[in-house]
Amino acid sequence: MTYNIVLCGVGGQGVLSVAAIIARGAMMEGLQVKQAEVHGMSQRGGAVIATMRISSEEIFSDLISEGQADMILSMEPLESIRHIAYLKKGGQLVTGKDPFINIPDYPDREELYSVINSIEGSMLIDTKNLAVEAGSQRAQNMVLVGSASKVLPIKEDTFLGAIENVFTRKGEDIVTINKKAFVLGRNS
Amino acid sequence: MSELVLLGDEAVAQGAIDAGLSIAYGYPGTPSTEIVEYLQDWKRKEDNSLIASWCSNEKTAYEAAVAVSMMGKRALVTMKHVGLNVAADAFMNSIGYTIHGGLVLAVADDPGMHSSQNEQDSRYYADFARTICLEPRNQQEAYEMTRDAFELSEKLHLPVLLKLTTRISHSRAVIKRGDVRPKNEFNPSKDRSHWTNLPFLSRQNYEDLWQQRPVLAEISESSDYNPLSINDRNKEVAVITTGLAYNYYKEAEKELENKPSHLHISFYPMPEDKIRKLAGSAARIIVIEEGYPFVERFLKGILPQAVQVDGKLNDVIPHLGEITPDICRKAMGLASFEKAEVKAFDMPGRPPQLCKGCPHTDSYKALNEVMAEYENPVVTSDIGCYTLGYFAPHNAIHSCLDMGAAVTMARGAAEAGAHPAVGVIGDSTFMHTGIQGLVDMLSAGNRVTLMILDNSITAMTGMQRTIVESSGIPEIVKGCGVDPAHVRTIVPLPKYHEENVKVIREEVEYDGVSVIIAQRACIHVVKAKYAKG
Repeated sequence: MTYNIVLCGVGGQGVLSVAAIIARGAMMEGLQVKQAEVHGMSQRGGAVIATMRISSEEIFSDLISEGQADMILSMEPLESIRHIAYLKKGGQLVTGKDPFINIPDYPDREELYSVINSIEGSMLIDTKNLAVEAGSQRAQNMVLVGSASKVLPIKEDTFLGAIENVFTRKGEDIVTINKKAFVLGRNS
Repeated sequence: MSELVLLGDEAVAQGAIDAGLSIAYGYPGTPSTEIVEYLQDWKRKEDNSLIASWCSNEKTAYEAAVAVSMMGKRALVTMKHVGLNVAADAFMNSIGYTIHGGLVLAVADDPGMHSSQNEQDSRYYADFARTICLEPRNQQEAYEMTRDAFELSEKLHLPVLLKLTTRISHSRAVIKRGDVRPKNEFNPSKDRSHWTNLPFLSRQNYEDLWQQRPVLAEISESSDYNPLSINDRNKEVAVITTGLAYNYYKEAEKELENKPSHLHISFYPMPEDKIRKLAGSAARIIVIEEGYPFVERFLKGILPQAVQVDGKLNDVIPHLGEITPDICRKAMGLASFEKAEVKAFDMPGRPPQLCKGCPHTDSYKALNEVMAEYENPVVTSDIGCYTLGYFAPHNAIHSCLDMGAAVTMARGAAEAGAHPAVGVIGDSTFMHTGIQGLVDMLSAGNRVTLMILDNSITAMTGMQRTIVESSGIPEIVKGCGVDPAHVRTIVPLPKYHEENVKVIREEVEYDGVSVIIAQRACIHVVKAKYAKG
């Protein structure tokens, strides 16, 4: 089993923290993980992409081919479409619903949603409201992980353990909020 | 031993630690920065005796490391590919030295130019210098090669170049640690002839280096880092890979029925016998290499040959950008994967830009207002976040060449007749190689205004501490000889806009060298401070 994810968003949105939780979960289940990140200039408000490969076998490549992603997991709608060439036929698109607008020619929201919905089974997640419901707007990333977890080859309990693992040093409140955000995302 | 999840850069750092590293020097540069950051973290948590320091530039870093080797200890130097241009003088001239403590130069190339102005291939530098280059294909190998690099350096008395690329530096995987070697004791080399590049000594040193060639060739031929597999049943095509192209090829290879013979090269000088053996196995060789067509040119020469060589030189592989799994599949004649169908859509670009609240935005706004009052203003800029001033709405800069060029190019533009000629440079970049240009223009008596955008951090590469604090910069500038009356400090904030415009206007009209220091901390530094309380 090999599962390929393209993670995308805008620099500063926390794409890498999403990647970190999924990677931790996969490793807790004994799977191999390879994750290619983008650091440096593009992090300054530009489009960012990270690829993550989870596998029960040896993984050679950090990068994937077009049409090879099982999932595109995006922090915001426009970026979910930017790397759509990577999504395989029948692949899953999961994206936050709120646009991140820092360019003058950001497209019309409804048009964007219609493009996203033209892919079968797409999930448009209201991460902001669900995160607020969980206790902090900053937990939007975890809502997204929760939604993605519905199709990722990693168990719910493992994810909750990974969240605990990653956030413990930030205190019990933060763990609780992030777990709740995850569950809200998963049930959305 | 223990397993860790590490970036390629971090695997290099861990490999160096486990090889008995004493001291590391570097200058921040994407994608190499995380090596020294990891070592600094290691120092805080595990081993306070380790030294891991940022230096003012790559040359100073490399030279300091050479002296560590002279004292018998192991040293690591880190930089990005273009940083080696700055350190090249020291690197090239250290080759004639008889390296004592292991000296490893980790250079991270950036094919695809994710965060760089070119995609030069550091293998050429190793070849130019006639030393060893190692290029890992995964994080585990990055760890192991770093250890081997130290061993080779001490055994062959050469500095060893470890070549990384963006995708290995910034990709994360599990690595297994090996045993830990003790550090070297302080043990200075006593032979002065090994460390003095006087022509009569150098002649002998280079002769010795030349005589060592068969030794390097022998290591290369027998190295596991250059694995060769021959398939006698495929006489049509053979493959040579370098760098990460190995991984992409291995993925594609699974789908090939009659697998080509394959040589992967990650130890240089190249294994010439293995290459000949591979060439004898098939009518055509496809060379898939990350970076320049280095191996391919070596294979091809200019004379007609029996074996057809396909690669970047005849456009079978794209010459620009990084190698990808798709490029590999195509070269091997494999079809693309079936993609998801999606409604057509006109995708707008989203280039990187200055952050909301960035001090540079306010600096450029004030500068632009003054520049608009002139017919032919020239604003030369430099390497850092402020290069993003090229983009709208700022459209504020005319040039960006390399580290330090904002200063020297402003001088050249001024002497060619430009007025105003303004150089815009960051605090860290000014300390890197900006000072020399300031000294030049002072000695020439130019009419130039230098703006130092001091955000008190090396921001673009991810918040590394600058080696001189903000309070030190006016003193350095004055110390170089700038008239103190024309060393002005402004605070780039919207509320001081009018004031700042006035200062810039005055200094631009001053008939001499003036320096305006725009001092306000990077917004991320401020945020981090608030987060900590």
